[in-house]
Amino acid sequence: MKYTEEHEWLRADGDVYVVGITEHATTQLGDLVFVELPDVGASVSKDDEIVVIESVKAASDIMAPVDGEITEVNTDLADDPSLANSDPLGKGWFFKIKPSDTSQLDGLMDEAAYNALIG
Amino acid sequence: MSDLRQTPLHALHLSMGAKMVPFAGYDMPVQYGLGVMKEHLHTRAKAGLFDVSHMGQVIVLGNTFAAAARGLEGLIPVDILGLGLNRQRYGFFTNDAGGIDDDLMLANRGDHVFVVVNAACKTADIARMKAALEPAVTVTEITDRALLALQGPASEQVLATLDARAAHMAFMDVATLSLNGVEAWVSRSGYTGEDGYEISVPADAAEALARTLLDHPDVEAIGLGARDSLRLEAGLCLYGHDIDTTTSPVEAGLTWAIQKTRRGGGDRSGGFPGSAKILHQIENGASRKRVGLLPEGRAPMRDSVPLFDAEDSADPIGTITSGGFGPTVGGPVAMGYVATQHATAGTTLYGELRGKRLPLTVTKLPFTPANFKR
Repeated sequence: MKYTEEHEWLRADGDVYVVGITEHATTQLGDLVFVELPDVGASVSKDDEIVVIESVKAASDIMAPVDGEITEVNTDLADDPSLANSDPLGKGWFFKIKPSDTSQLDGLMDEAAYNALIG
Repeated sequence: MSDLRQTPLHALHLSMGAKMVPFAGYDMPVQYGLGVMKEHLHTRAKAGLFDVSHMGQVIVLGNTFAAAARGLEGLIPVDILGLGLNRQRYGFFTNDAGGIDDDLMLANRGDHVFVVVNAACKTADIARMKAALEPAVTVTEITDRALLALQGPASEQVLATLDARAAHMAFMDVATLSLNGVEAWVSRSGYTGEDGYEISVPADAAEALARTLLDHPDVEAIGLGARDSLRLEAGLCLYGHDIDTTTSPVEAGLTWAIQKTRRGGGDRSGGFPGSAKILHQIENGASRKRVGLLPEGRAPMRDSVPLFDAEDSADPIGTITSGGFGPTVGGPVAMGYVATQHATAGTTLYGELRGKRLPLTVTKLPFTPANFKR
Protein backbone atom coordinates (compact mmCIF):
# COMPACT_ATOMS: atom_id res chain seq x y z
CA MET A 1 0.00 0.00 0.00
CA LYS A 2 1.03 3.55 -0.72
CA TYR A 3 -0.45 6.70 0.76
CA THR A 4 -0.80 10.37 -0.13
CA GLU A 5 -0.77 13.40 2.14
CA GLU A 6 -4.43 13.81 1.17
CA HIS A 7 -5.21 10.58 3.06
CA GLU A 8 -5.70 8.40 -0.01
CA TRP A 9 -4.43 4.83 -0.20
CA LEU A 10 -3.29 3.06 -3.41
CA ARG A 11 -3.09 -0.70 -3.76
CA ALA A 12 -1.55 -2.35 -6.84
CA ASP A 13 -3.93 -4.57 -8.81
CA GLY A 14 -2.05 -5.74 -11.92
CA ASP A 15 -1.02 -2.68 -13.91
CA VAL A 16 -3.67 -0.45 -12.29
CA TYR A 17 -3.98 0.95 -8.77
CA VAL A 18 -7.11 0.81 -6.64
CA VAL A 19 -7.63 4.11 -4.76
CA GLY A 20 -9.63 4.86 -1.65
CA ILE A 21 -9.41 7.02 1.45
CA THR A 22 -8.00 5.94 4.78
CA GLU A 23 -9.90 5.16 7.95
CA HIS A 24 -8.29 8.24 9.48
CA ALA A 25 -9.90 10.32 6.72
CA THR A 26 -13.35 8.78 7.04
CA THR A 27 -13.25 9.24 10.81
CA GLN A 28 -12.42 12.89 10.35
CA LEU A 29 -15.12 13.38 7.70
CA GLY A 30 -17.89 11.56 9.54
CA ASP A 31 -20.80 9.79 7.86
CA LEU A 32 -20.50 10.08 4.08
CA VAL A 33 -23.79 10.72 2.30
CA PHE A 34 -22.74 11.48 -1.28
CA VAL A 35 -19.92 10.47 -3.60
CA GLU A 36 -19.49 11.71 -7.16
CA LEU A 37 -16.99 9.61 -9.10
CA PRO A 38 -15.07 10.44 -12.30
CA ASP A 39 -15.99 9.04 -15.72
CA VAL A 40 -14.41 5.73 -16.70
CA GLY A 41 -11.85 6.42 -19.42
CA ALA A 42 -11.11 9.94 -18.23
CA SER A 43 -7.51 11.09 -18.44
CA VAL A 44 -6.58 12.87 -15.23
CA SER A 45 -3.56 14.74 -13.94
CA LYS A 46 -2.04 14.52 -10.48
CA ASP A 47 -3.87 16.87 -8.08
CA ASP A 48 -6.96 17.25 -10.32
CA GLU A 49 -10.07 17.26 -8.14
CA ILE A 50 -11.75 14.17 -9.54
CA VAL A 51 -14.05 12.95 -6.76
CA VAL A 52 -16.53 14.93 -4.67
CA ILE A 53 -17.42 13.48 -1.29
CA GLU A 54 -19.91 14.91 1.15
CA SER A 55 -20.52 14.09 4.77
CA VAL A 56 -23.64 15.19 6.62
CA LYS A 57 -21.92 18.47 7.36
CA ALA A 58 -19.52 19.35 4.56
CA ALA A 59 -18.26 18.75 1.04
CA SER A 60 -14.66 17.92 0.15
CA ASP A 61 -12.65 16.87 -2.89
CA ILE A 62 -10.38 13.95 -3.58
CA MET A 63 -7.49 14.57 -5.95
CA ALA A 64 -5.93 12.28 -8.49
CA PRO A 65 -2.83 10.83 -6.76
CA VAL A 66 -0.92 10.46 -10.07
CA ASP A 67 -1.36 11.17 -13.78
CA GLY A 68 -3.28 8.44 -15.53
CA GLU A 69 -6.50 7.01 -16.90
CA ILE A 70 -9.55 6.03 -14.83
CA THR A 71 -10.23 2.38 -15.69
CA GLU A 72 -13.08 1.59 -13.28
CA VAL A 73 -15.17 3.30 -10.59
CA ASN A 74 -16.99 1.80 -7.60
CA THR A 75 -20.66 2.23 -8.51
CA ASP A 76 -21.66 0.45 -5.28
CA LEU A 77 -20.05 3.32 -3.37
CA ALA A 78 -22.04 5.91 -5.34
CA ASP A 79 -25.21 4.01 -4.39
CA ASP A 80 -24.17 3.61 -0.75
CA PRO A 81 -21.54 6.15 0.36
CA SER A 82 -21.53 4.68 3.88
CA LEU A 83 -19.32 1.85 2.51
CA ALA A 84 -16.40 4.27 2.79
CA ASN A 85 -17.09 4.55 6.53
CA SER A 86 -17.76 0.89 7.21
CA ASP A 87 -15.02 -0.63 5.03
CA PRO A 88 -12.63 2.11 3.89
CA LEU A 89 -9.88 -0.25 2.70
CA GLY A 90 -12.22 -2.78 1.09
CA LYS A 91 -15.73 -2.25 -0.27
CA GLY A 92 -15.32 1.50 0.16
CA TRP A 93 -12.77 1.91 -2.69
CA PHE A 94 -13.34 4.85 -5.04
CA PHE A 95 -11.71 4.25 -8.44
CA LYS A 96 -8.96 2.41 -10.32
CA ILE A 97 -6.30 4.37 -12.16
CA LYS A 98 -3.68 3.27 -14.70
CA PRO A 99 -0.67 5.52 -14.08
CA SER A 100 0.89 7.08 -17.17
CA ASP A 101 4.12 7.89 -15.32
CA THR A 102 4.89 5.22 -12.74
CA SER A 103 7.81 7.28 -11.39
CA GLN A 104 5.22 9.50 -9.67
CA LEU A 105 4.44 6.54 -7.39
CA ASP A 106 7.92 6.84 -5.91
CA GLY A 107 6.93 10.13 -4.30
CA LEU A 108 4.13 8.54 -2.27
CA MET A 109 4.40 7.44 1.36
CA ASP A 110 4.64 3.91 2.69
CA GLU A 111 2.54 2.82 5.64
CA ALA A 112 5.12 3.77 8.27
CA ALA A 113 5.49 7.27 6.84
CA TYR A 114 1.71 7.68 6.66
CA ASN A 115 1.23 6.54 10.25
CA ALA A 116 3.87 9.05 11.30
CA LEU A 117 1.97 11.78 9.40
CA ILE A 118 -1.32 11.16 11.18
CA GLY A 119 0.40 10.69 14.50
CA MET B 1 -3.65 29.56 23.32
CA SER B 2 -7.32 29.60 22.58
CA ASP B 3 -9.59 32.47 23.57
CA LEU B 4 -12.74 30.42 22.98
CA ARG B 5 -15.27 30.51 25.80
CA GLN B 6 -16.41 27.34 27.52
CA THR B 7 -19.86 26.33 28.74
CA PRO B 8 -20.42 24.74 32.17
CA LEU B 9 -20.58 21.36 30.37
CA HIS B 10 -17.21 21.71 28.61
CA ALA B 11 -15.41 19.15 30.76
CA LEU B 12 -18.29 16.70 30.29
CA HIS B 13 -18.06 17.07 26.49
CA LEU B 14 -14.33 16.32 26.59
CA SER B 15 -14.83 13.35 28.91
CA MET B 16 -17.34 11.89 26.43
CA GLY B 17 -14.89 12.23 23.55
CA ALA B 18 -16.80 14.94 21.71
CA LYS B 19 -15.27 16.47 18.61
CA MET B 20 -15.07 20.14 19.55
CA VAL B 21 -15.32 23.09 17.13
CA PRO B 22 -15.41 26.86 17.53
CA PHE B 23 -18.97 28.16 17.30
CA ALA B 24 -20.06 31.74 18.06
CA GLY B 25 -16.95 32.25 20.19
CA TYR B 26 -17.43 29.05 22.20
CA ASP B 27 -15.65 25.69 22.08
CA MET B 28 -18.66 23.47 21.35
CA PRO B 29 -19.29 19.76 20.60
CA VAL B 30 -20.14 19.20 16.92
CA GLN B 31 -20.57 15.47 17.44
CA TYR B 32 -19.96 12.67 19.93
CA GLY B 33 -19.08 9.03 19.33
CA LEU B 34 -22.33 8.15 17.56
CA GLY B 35 -21.68 10.63 14.75
CA VAL B 36 -24.07 13.14 13.23
CA MET B 37 -26.24 10.62 11.40
CA LYS B 38 -26.97 8.35 14.38
CA GLU B 39 -27.31 11.29 16.76
CA HIS B 40 -29.94 12.79 14.47
CA LEU B 41 -31.89 9.54 14.13
CA HIS B 42 -31.67 8.85 17.87
CA THR B 43 -33.19 12.26 18.67
CA ARG B 44 -36.15 11.58 16.36
CA ALA B 45 -36.60 8.06 17.81
CA LYS B 46 -35.96 8.61 21.54
CA ALA B 47 -34.31 11.61 23.17
CA GLY B 48 -31.21 13.72 22.68
CA LEU B 49 -29.47 16.03 25.14
CA PHE B 50 -27.94 19.21 23.69
CA ASP B 51 -25.75 21.82 25.40
CA VAL B 52 -27.07 25.20 24.28
CA SER B 53 -25.47 27.16 27.11
CA HIS B 54 -23.76 29.42 24.57
CA MET B 55 -27.11 31.08 23.91
CA GLY B 56 -28.00 34.27 25.75
CA GLN B 57 -30.44 34.11 28.67
CA VAL B 58 -31.84 37.50 29.61
CA ILE B 59 -34.29 38.72 32.25
CA VAL B 60 -36.26 41.84 31.31
CA LEU B 61 -37.81 43.23 34.47
CA GLY B 62 -40.09 46.25 34.95
CA ASN B 63 -42.41 47.35 37.72
CA THR B 64 -44.91 44.94 36.18
CA PHE B 65 -44.78 42.29 33.48
CA ALA B 66 -46.76 44.70 31.29
CA ALA B 67 -44.09 47.39 31.61
CA ALA B 68 -41.39 45.02 30.38
CA ALA B 69 -43.66 43.63 27.66
CA ARG B 70 -44.58 47.08 26.35
CA GLY B 71 -40.93 48.05 26.25
CA LEU B 72 -39.98 44.95 24.24
CA GLU B 73 -42.89 45.48 21.85
CA GLY B 74 -41.03 48.59 20.67
CA LEU B 75 -38.28 46.30 19.34
CA ILE B 76 -40.15 43.09 18.51
CA PRO B 77 -43.32 42.80 16.34
CA VAL B 78 -44.94 40.22 18.60
CA ASP B 79 -47.91 40.41 21.01
CA ILE B 80 -45.85 40.20 24.21
CA LEU B 81 -48.37 42.05 26.38
CA GLY B 82 -50.96 39.39 25.56
CA LEU B 83 -48.62 36.51 26.34
CA GLY B 84 -50.30 34.42 29.03
CA LEU B 85 -48.63 33.64 32.34
CA ASN B 86 -46.12 30.78 31.92
CA ARG B 87 -46.42 30.86 28.13
CA GLN B 88 -43.68 31.32 25.53
CA ARG B 89 -43.61 32.81 22.02
CA TYR B 90 -41.16 32.99 19.13
CA GLY B 91 -40.12 36.45 17.98
CA PHE B 92 -37.37 38.56 16.40
CA PHE B 93 -35.72 41.95 16.58
CA THR B 94 -36.41 43.92 13.40
CA ASN B 95 -34.37 46.77 11.90
CA ASP B 96 -35.37 50.00 10.17
CA ALA B 97 -35.12 48.33 6.74
CA GLY B 98 -37.64 45.70 7.82
CA GLY B 99 -34.97 43.00 8.14
CA ILE B 100 -34.32 40.69 11.09
CA ASP B 101 -31.44 41.44 13.50
CA ASP B 102 -31.92 38.24 15.53
CA ASP B 103 -34.61 35.71 16.38
CA LEU B 104 -35.45 34.74 19.93
CA MET B 105 -37.84 33.14 22.40
CA LEU B 106 -39.89 35.18 24.88
CA ALA B 107 -41.59 33.83 27.99
CA ASN B 108 -43.96 35.35 30.52
CA ARG B 109 -42.49 34.26 33.86
CA GLY B 110 -44.82 36.27 36.05
CA ASP B 111 -42.93 39.40 37.05
CA HIS B 112 -40.53 39.40 34.08
CA VAL B 113 -39.99 38.47 30.46
CA PHE B 114 -37.39 35.73 30.01
CA VAL B 115 -35.65 36.08 26.66
CA VAL B 116 -33.35 33.54 24.96
CA VAL B 117 -31.27 34.89 22.06
CA ASN B 118 -28.64 33.49 19.69
CA ALA B 119 -25.07 33.26 20.94
CA ALA B 120 -23.55 35.18 18.04
CA CYS B 121 -25.96 38.10 18.51
CA LYS B 122 -26.32 38.22 22.27
CA THR B 123 -23.99 41.13 22.98
CA ALA B 124 -25.73 43.31 20.40
CA ASP B 125 -29.18 42.14 21.50
CA ILE B 126 -28.54 43.00 25.15
CA ALA B 127 -27.09 46.41 24.23
CA ARG B 128 -30.15 47.07 22.07
CA MET B 129 -32.57 46.19 24.87
CA LYS B 130 -30.65 48.19 27.46
CA ALA B 131 -30.53 51.27 25.21
CA ALA B 132 -34.25 51.12 24.50
CA LEU B 133 -35.63 50.07 27.88
CA GLU B 134 -33.38 51.20 30.71
CA PRO B 135 -33.70 52.70 33.28
CA ALA B 136 -37.48 52.14 33.57
CA VAL B 137 -37.03 48.47 32.72
CA THR B 138 -33.84 46.55 33.57
CA VAL B 139 -32.16 44.11 31.22
CA THR B 140 -29.93 41.51 32.92
CA GLU B 141 -27.92 38.82 31.17
CA ILE B 142 -27.96 35.60 33.18
CA THR B 143 -24.38 34.36 33.09
CA ASP B 144 -24.49 31.87 35.96
CA ARG B 145 -26.91 29.40 34.39
CA ALA B 146 -26.42 26.70 31.76
CA LEU B 147 -29.05 25.90 29.13
CA LEU B 148 -29.74 22.30 28.13
CA ALA B 149 -32.19 21.03 25.54
CA LEU B 150 -33.78 17.60 25.86
CA GLN B 151 -35.47 16.79 22.56
CA GLY B 152 -37.30 13.83 21.09
CA PRO B 153 -40.43 11.75 21.72
CA ALA B 154 -39.08 10.16 24.93
CA SER B 155 -38.28 13.56 26.49
CA GLU B 156 -41.49 13.77 28.51
CA GLN B 157 -41.05 10.34 30.02
CA VAL B 158 -37.39 11.07 30.84
CA LEU B 159 -37.91 14.49 32.43
CA ALA B 160 -41.01 13.35 34.34
CA THR B 161 -38.84 10.87 36.24
CA LEU B 162 -37.15 13.94 37.81
CA ASP B 163 -40.25 16.12 38.22
CA ALA B 164 -43.70 14.75 37.35
CA ARG B 165 -44.94 18.25 36.53
CA ALA B 166 -42.92 18.10 33.28
CA ALA B 167 -45.59 15.82 31.83
CA HIS B 168 -48.35 18.37 32.43
CA MET B 169 -46.69 21.12 30.38
CA ALA B 170 -48.04 21.74 26.88
CA PHE B 171 -46.02 22.92 23.86
CA MET B 172 -44.69 26.44 24.59
CA ASP B 173 -45.54 26.31 28.30
CA VAL B 174 -42.88 27.40 30.78
CA ALA B 175 -42.56 26.29 34.40
CA THR B 176 -40.16 26.27 37.32
CA LEU B 177 -39.36 22.65 38.11
CA SER B 178 -37.13 20.97 40.65
CA LEU B 179 -34.66 18.74 38.82
CA ASN B 180 -32.09 16.88 40.93
CA GLY B 181 -32.97 19.22 43.76
CA VAL B 182 -32.15 22.41 41.85
CA GLU B 183 -34.48 25.08 40.51
CA ALA B 184 -34.84 24.76 36.75
CA TRP B 185 -36.57 27.20 34.41
CA VAL B 186 -38.10 24.90 31.83
CA SER B 187 -39.93 25.51 28.57
CA ARG B 188 -41.61 22.86 26.45
CA SER B 189 -40.03 23.88 23.17
CA GLY B 190 -36.89 23.41 21.13
CA TYR B 191 -35.21 23.52 17.75
CA THR B 192 -35.65 20.04 16.31
CA GLY B 193 -39.33 19.77 15.33
CA GLU B 194 -39.73 17.18 18.08
CA ASP B 195 -41.40 17.37 21.46
CA GLY B 196 -38.94 18.40 24.15
CA TYR B 197 -37.75 20.89 26.71
CA GLU B 198 -35.21 23.65 27.16
CA ILE B 199 -33.86 23.69 30.70
CA SER B 200 -32.06 26.57 32.39
CA VAL B 201 -30.18 25.47 35.51
CA PRO B 202 -27.46 26.97 37.76
CA ALA B 203 -24.08 26.48 36.11
CA ASP B 204 -22.66 24.55 39.06
CA ALA B 205 -25.51 22.01 38.89
CA ALA B 206 -25.51 21.58 35.12
CA GLU B 207 -23.05 18.71 34.80
CA ALA B 208 -24.79 16.63 37.47
CA LEU B 209 -28.16 17.15 35.77
CA ALA B 210 -26.71 16.34 32.35
CA ARG B 211 -25.16 13.13 33.73
CA THR B 212 -28.47 12.16 35.35
CA LEU B 213 -30.31 12.65 32.06
CA LEU B 214 -27.60 10.82 30.10
CA ASP B 215 -27.85 7.89 32.50
CA HIS B 216 -31.37 7.26 31.21
CA PRO B 217 -31.16 4.51 28.56
CA ASP B 218 -33.21 6.57 26.06
CA VAL B 219 -30.93 9.62 26.17
CA GLU B 220 -27.78 10.25 24.11
CA ALA B 221 -25.61 13.38 23.92
CA ILE B 222 -26.17 15.22 20.63
CA GLY B 223 -23.82 17.74 19.03
CA LEU B 224 -24.28 20.83 16.92
CA GLY B 225 -24.03 18.82 13.68
CA ALA B 226 -27.24 16.93 14.34
CA ARG B 227 -28.82 20.04 15.84
CA ASP B 228 -28.40 21.66 12.41
CA SER B 229 -29.74 18.72 10.38
CA LEU B 230 -32.70 18.32 12.77
CA ARG B 231 -33.72 21.96 12.55
CA LEU B 232 -33.26 21.96 8.77
CA GLU B 233 -35.61 19.01 8.31
CA ALA B 234 -38.03 20.77 10.68
CA GLY B 235 -37.95 23.84 8.40
CA LEU B 236 -36.66 26.09 11.20
CA CYS B 237 -34.56 29.13 10.34
CA LEU B 238 -30.90 29.47 11.31
CA TYR B 239 -30.05 33.11 11.99
CA GLY B 240 -27.31 34.35 9.67
CA HIS B 241 -28.34 31.87 6.98
CA ASP B 242 -32.11 31.64 6.45
CA ILE B 243 -32.86 34.96 8.09
CA ASP B 244 -30.60 37.97 8.45
CA THR B 245 -30.57 41.77 8.44
CA THR B 246 -31.77 41.81 4.80
CA THR B 247 -34.66 39.32 5.00
CA SER B 248 -38.04 40.56 6.17
CA PRO B 249 -40.29 38.39 8.34
CA VAL B 250 -42.80 38.24 5.48
CA GLU B 251 -40.17 37.05 2.99
CA ALA B 252 -39.02 34.50 5.57
CA GLY B 253 -42.51 33.05 5.98
CA LEU B 254 -42.62 34.19 9.62
CA THR B 255 -45.74 36.36 9.36
CA TRP B 256 -47.49 33.88 11.70
CA ALA B 257 -45.24 35.13 14.51
CA ILE B 258 -46.68 38.68 14.15
CA GLN B 259 -50.03 38.48 15.91
CA LYS B 260 -53.04 40.43 14.56
CA THR B 261 -52.83 43.01 17.31
CA ARG B 262 -49.42 44.14 15.94
CA ARG B 263 -50.54 44.19 12.27
CA GLY B 264 -52.39 46.92 10.36
CA GLY B 265 -55.69 47.70 12.09
CA GLY B 266 -54.60 45.98 15.32
CA ASP B 267 -54.83 47.61 18.77
CA ARG B 268 -51.03 47.94 18.98
CA SER B 269 -50.28 48.03 15.26
CA GLY B 270 -46.68 48.81 14.31
CA GLY B 271 -44.39 50.66 16.70
CA PHE B 272 -41.37 48.42 15.98
CA PRO B 273 -38.38 49.09 13.69
CA GLY B 274 -39.24 48.71 10.01
CA SER B 275 -42.96 48.44 10.78
CA ALA B 276 -44.08 50.45 7.73
CA LYS B 277 -42.29 48.08 5.35
CA ILE B 278 -43.24 44.90 7.19
CA LEU B 279 -46.93 45.79 7.59
CA HIS B 280 -47.07 46.82 3.92
CA GLN B 281 -45.63 43.43 2.95
CA ILE B 282 -48.16 41.61 5.11
CA GLU B 283 -50.94 43.36 3.15
CA ASN B 284 -49.40 43.24 -0.31
CA GLY B 285 -46.97 40.33 -0.32
CA ALA B 286 -43.21 40.26 -0.82
CA SER B 287 -41.26 39.79 -4.05
CA ARG B 288 -39.36 36.76 -2.70
CA LYS B 289 -40.16 33.98 -0.30
CA ARG B 290 -38.35 31.38 1.75
CA VAL B 291 -39.22 27.88 0.50
CA GLY B 292 -38.27 24.28 1.10
CA LEU B 293 -36.26 22.69 -1.71
CA LEU B 294 -35.88 18.97 -2.30
CA PRO B 295 -32.96 18.08 -4.61
CA GLU B 296 -33.95 15.25 -6.94
CA GLY B 297 -30.57 13.53 -6.96
CA ARG B 298 -28.34 12.45 -4.07
CA ALA B 299 -26.05 15.47 -4.13
CA PRO B 300 -26.56 17.83 -1.16
CA MET B 301 -26.95 21.48 -2.15
CA ARG B 302 -25.79 23.85 0.53
CA ASP B 303 -25.80 27.55 1.48
CA SER B 304 -25.05 29.96 -1.44
CA VAL B 305 -25.93 27.58 -4.30
CA PRO B 306 -27.66 29.79 -6.92
CA LEU B 307 -31.11 28.76 -8.17
CA PHE B 308 -32.41 29.07 -11.73
CA ASP B 309 -35.87 28.56 -13.26
CA ALA B 310 -34.48 26.58 -16.22
CA GLU B 311 -31.39 24.57 -17.14
CA ASP B 312 -30.27 27.26 -19.59
CA SER B 313 -31.57 30.53 -18.08
CA ALA B 314 -29.08 33.35 -17.56
CA ASP B 315 -29.97 34.98 -14.27
CA PRO B 316 -30.61 33.27 -10.94
CA ILE B 317 -34.08 33.60 -9.40
CA GLY B 318 -32.94 32.70 -5.91
CA THR B 319 -30.31 31.23 -3.60
CA ILE B 320 -30.08 28.36 -1.15
CA THR B 321 -29.55 29.57 2.43
CA SER B 322 -29.31 26.18 4.23
CA GLY B 323 -28.87 22.72 2.84
CA GLY B 324 -27.42 19.35 3.51
CA PHE B 325 -28.32 15.73 4.01
CA GLY B 326 -31.47 14.97 5.98
CA PRO B 327 -30.95 11.67 7.82
CA THR B 328 -34.68 11.17 8.51
CA VAL B 329 -35.65 12.15 4.97
CA GLY B 330 -32.86 9.87 3.73
CA GLY B 331 -31.65 12.35 1.15
CA PRO B 332 -30.63 15.94 0.58
CA VAL B 333 -32.86 18.77 1.79
CA ALA B 334 -32.48 22.54 1.51
CA MET B 335 -34.21 25.84 1.95
CA GLY B 336 -33.69 29.19 0.34
CA TYR B 337 -35.21 32.29 -1.14
CA VAL B 338 -36.84 32.40 -4.58
CA ALA B 339 -38.75 35.05 -6.51
CA THR B 340 -42.40 34.73 -5.45
CA GLN B 341 -43.60 33.59 -8.87
CA HIS B 342 -41.39 30.48 -8.47
CA ALA B 343 -42.39 29.76 -4.86
CA THR B 344 -45.35 27.45 -5.47
CA ALA B 345 -44.89 23.92 -4.10
CA GLY B 346 -44.18 21.49 -6.92
CA THR B 347 -42.24 23.99 -9.06
CA THR B 348 -39.04 22.52 -10.54
CA LEU B 349 -35.98 24.73 -10.18
CA TYR B 350 -32.27 24.12 -10.84
CA GLY B 351 -29.37 24.56 -8.47
CA GLU B 352 -25.95 25.19 -9.98
CA LEU B 353 -23.48 22.84 -8.33
CA ARG B 354 -19.88 22.45 -9.55
CA GLY B 355 -20.87 23.88 -12.95
CA LYS B 356 -23.89 21.62 -13.43
CA ARG B 357 -27.55 22.53 -13.06
CA LEU B 358 -29.34 19.88 -11.01
CA PRO B 359 -33.12 19.81 -10.52
CA LEU B 360 -34.86 20.40 -7.22
CA THR B 361 -38.52 20.76 -6.32
CA VAL B 362 -40.10 23.54 -4.27
CA THR B 363 -41.55 21.70 -1.28
CA LYS B 364 -43.78 22.63 1.64
CA LEU B 365 -41.94 22.88 4.97
CA PRO B 366 -41.29 21.06 7.24
CA PHE B 367 -39.69 18.05 5.54
CA THR B 368 -40.47 15.91 8.58
CA PRO B 369 -43.80 16.39 10.39
CA ALA B 370 -43.66 18.35 13.64
CA ASN B 371 -44.20 16.21 16.72
CA PHE B 372 -45.21 18.75 19.38
CA LYS B 373 -47.32 18.13 22.48
CA ARG B 374 -50.21 20.51 21.80
